[in-house]
Amino acid sequence: MILLWLIIVLFAGGVVAWLAEGWNKDWPRWVSLFFLGISLIIVATLFGNPLPGDGFVTGNLTNESAWLVSFYWSWIPRFGINVQLGLDGLSLLMVGLTVFLGVVAVVSSWSEIDHRPGFFQFNLMWTLAGVVGVFVSLDLFLFFFFWEVMLIPMYLLIAVWGHEDRNYASMKFFLFTQISGMLMLVAILSLVFIHHDTTGVYTFNYFDLLGTQLSESVGFWLMLGFFIAFVVKLPGFPFHPWLADAHTQAPTAASVLLAGILLKTGAYGLIRFTVPLFPSAFVEIAPYAMALGTAGVIYGALLAFAQTDFKRLIAYSSVSHMGFVLIGIYAWNQYTLQGSVMQMIAHGFSTAALFMLAGAIQHRLHTREMTKMGGLWKEMPRMGAIALFFIIASLGMPGLGNFVGEFLVLMGTFQVNIPITVVAALGLITAAVYSLIAMQRTFQGQPTAEAAYPDGLQDYGARDISVMIMMMIGLLFLGLYPQPIFDIANPVLANLHTYTPHGSPAWLGSLL
Amino acid sequence: MSNTELVALLPLISFATVITIVLLAIPFWRNLKGICALSVVGLLISLATILWTTRIVPIQVTPLVLIDQYALLFMTLICLATVAVALLAYDYLKEREGQQEEFYLLLLLAALGAIVLVCSSHFASFLLGLELLGISLYALISFPIRGQATLEAALKYLILSGVASAFLLFGTALIFAALGTLSFNEMVQGFYVDVGSNRLYVMVGSALMLAGICFKLSLVPFHMWTPDVYEGAPAPVTAFVATVSKGAIFAILLRFFIWTDAYQYESILFGLGIIAVLSMLAGNLLALMQSSVKRILAYSSIAHLGYLLVAFIAGRLAGGAALAVEAASYFLVAYFITTLGAFGVVSIMSNGNRERDLDDIASYEGLFSRRPFLATAFTAMLLSLAGIPLTVGFVGKFYIFAAGVQGALASYGWSLLVALIIGSGIGLYYYLRIVFAMTKRPAATDSAATEWITIPVAGGWVMLTLTGTLLALGVYPTPLIELINSMVRSLPL
Repeated sequence: MILLWLIIVLFAGGVVAWLAEGWNKDWPRWVSLFFLGISLIIVATLFGNPLPGDGFVTGNLTNESAWLVSFYWSWIPRFGINVQLGLDGLSLLMVGLTVFLGVVAVVSSWSEIDHRPGFFQFNLMWTLAGVVGVFVSLDLFLFFFFWEVMLIPMYLLIAVWGHEDRNYASMKFFLFTQISGMLMLVAILSLVFIHHDTTGVYTFNYFDLLGTQLSESVGFWLMLGFFIAFVVKLPGFPFHPWLADAHTQAPTAASVLLAGILLKTGAYGLIRFTVPLFPSAFVEIAPYAMALGTAGVIYGALLAFAQTDFKRLIAYSSVSHMGFVLIGIYAWNQYTLQGSVMQMIAHGFSTAALFMLAGAIQHRLHTREMTKMGGLWKEMPRMGAIALFFIIASLGMPGLGNFVGEFLVLMGTFQVNIPITVVAALGLITAAVYSLIAMQRTFQGQPTAEAAYPDGLQDYGARDISVMIMMMIGLLFLGLYPQPIFDIANPVLANLHTYTPHGSPAWLGSLL
Repeated sequence: MSNTELVALLPLISFATVITIVLLAIPFWRNLKGICALSVVGLLISLATILWTTRIVPIQVTPLVLIDQYALLFMTLICLATVAVALLAYDYLKEREGQQEEFYLLLLLAALGAIVLVCSSHFASFLLGLELLGISLYALISFPIRGQATLEAALKYLILSGVASAFLLFGTALIFAALGTLSFNEMVQGFYVDVGSNRLYVMVGSALMLAGICFKLSLVPFHMWTPDVYEGAPAPVTAFVATVSKGAIFAILLRFFIWTDAYQYESILFGLGIIAVLSMLAGNLLALMQSSVKRILAYSSIAHLGYLLVAFIAGRLAGGAALAVEAASYFLVAYFITTLGAFGVVSIMSNGNRERDLDDIASYEGLFSRRPFLATAFTAMLLSLAGIPLTVGFVGKFYIFAAGVQGALASYGWSLLVALIIGSGIGLYYYLRIVFAMTKRPAATDSAATEWITIPVAGGWVMLTLTGTLLALGVYPTPLIELINSMVRSLPL
């Protein structure tokens, strides 16, 4: 029930924020913050749940009672569709990230949004509600439902409050994600009807569908339906073209949500659905998926290096970073899976912070062109220091979360496929190149000839700094003491192994 | 005729009575509000008789009429849609010049035609209903004559619809020549087995008949009239044409195929499959190029009828007839709600005594700032047309996908599904274009963007009800699914 409340609070918060606009233009963001605070408390209590046994639920994946929290309600019995929510370690981490970055997004939009602030907060909250729903759904129909629910508000965030080219960017985002979503719907329905043909029961229940017998070719095609939908969202090469435009044009808060959370739904879907539902097709696709991930790592880095637009650069760096996640998922051992989860969380923090910085710079300079910047550190030293921290986090400096993620992915992949590891490891070098270039062009050096700074550039105030410090602490924590995160994710990831033909190597938990 | 049979006919009888009363009242009582109220009350009484009749169905009354749950469901739908149109039309007509009361007479006659259609089980009643519907529509489309566009639309519909009816009649005649019967029930024996040397007659007859029906359903390549008629007709009438007229004809088409078991005719289904693919693709593609909301909705309705055909074609699967009826019924309910709502917004926007309806996309710019309620309702309708969750259209689309996937899994090919996905993808673009226009920040100098629209009482309630139903059935569709399912179970499938 608490999971349902978590989602309802976010939906309701959005509606209330919208209504509050009628009273006072300042209220909506306070309302959002209030409802997000409630969600944060709910999530915190979930983290603090007295955990049985070894500290967390270590149940069989198919044993529903093994879930930390679950909720069940018959929704459309005609097709065996239920509102079935469940939370395990993986979902918990993702939900925690979502709600936390939700707060960050609200704060980052604090002074940026003047036009229809209530409607803005409404869309923000509904996006969050959709994402939380995606992370806790254990019914494929419900999953698809939330998958779609998060799209429209995100589309509106970009389309209404975006920058100069918002129309094109929002449409591209929507068409990419929606059409790939329909492929997933077809795959879900096919899976359900095939299951119905063999068992005579209509069901969208994740647990029931897990063991569906599929012929090799059918399984492969259905898997592809899921795979494409998730890889578009991830975004993996070559399905990434929507990302740069959407990020560049989106308002800061939407960029934070998009990079921090929405991209993770793709990775989550791959781990939770694509691989366990189609274990035999996994073997066929894994080499290609890893190759795509590697291509994403290198190609994203090259593109990022070529950008002069600060936000575009960060957007392409996301393609590069999420390439590691894709490699990690399809290398499919405990190191790489843990690394992927770690990378998802760390990337969420670092990229969200970088987008906030980019937004703040654009708000002050009215440009994102790095050719018109330079020497900003002198003007805004606090912002410069913060930028340096997150740039360094993003390039994978040991001691920060991103390093742990990428290192684990590479270490685990080495056991599976050495050439891929070698090529992907180049991504660490290219990341350093584009990240440092970005830092140099913006904050360091002298202002370029084209730079025209308005008088009295305002440095970060207490509000922004406090959010940034929270994210810094988060990254340091992930980088220096990642064990709690591993412990939370470990039971889930270890159990997932029973659904794949791979053998399960020694548990990471016992090694670290 | 026994008492039970008379009771079963009550919906038709009460409808006819209401029409007579309205007809007699109009000359003596020139009062738009009064006539509108009279019609609405009459419709609600007929609705009550429909609900009352549910206890004794199914029953065959004369060879012409079969009253069963299938018919009653569509009658209810038609009645409710007509109520909505009547209320929207009141707001639309009240500020215009001239005497408008006859509108309701024509509307009720058209609705009676539709009701006869959905309960007919014989070509005689089929054609009777079709013509009653069609002839009333000729007049309705041009109703308050406001210049050339309206007349053009009416004339186009009159001529093309007349030709389509001729095709249908000739097709019927050929089938009658071959089989010697006009009753659906009797056809089933002779339709395939004993065709023999008359096979050519039946083939050509069916093709001609389907051409006529496809015209009425505005399926590609028989769709040419749709955008012009939609654009020229008054918005409430457009809503009626798009929902009641098409819905009733589709219902009878499905009935005909199931009762005569025409699903065994692979070549017909192949043709319908091509028509469905063309409608989904062409409808959506052509909608991209429009700048008029009414024309966009016209092309989108072409595409939607294409989606509906996907469910229809699923009837050929083993045991698929039940799925086809269920999917088509749900989709039609969703389509009725959504289309009525969408044209309802256009109708409310076009109230007042203006030359043509306000259907340029530009006049919807900034609607979110001017009329948040209307803009929200319209957004809900458009998202429902696009099949986005939380709306009834999502569940409708889900049914279509389910039907399509089952057909594909039964090795009938994936082409329908591919067209469905591509069409839906394109569809999103133009629906969102309208939403996007509404979210635009209005320029202060723009006169169209600053024009104040008053939301009328009747129209406001209609929109509120439609939006509420749309959301309720989108979030919790189970009651409607169960209603439709119990209807499907009562059919001899």
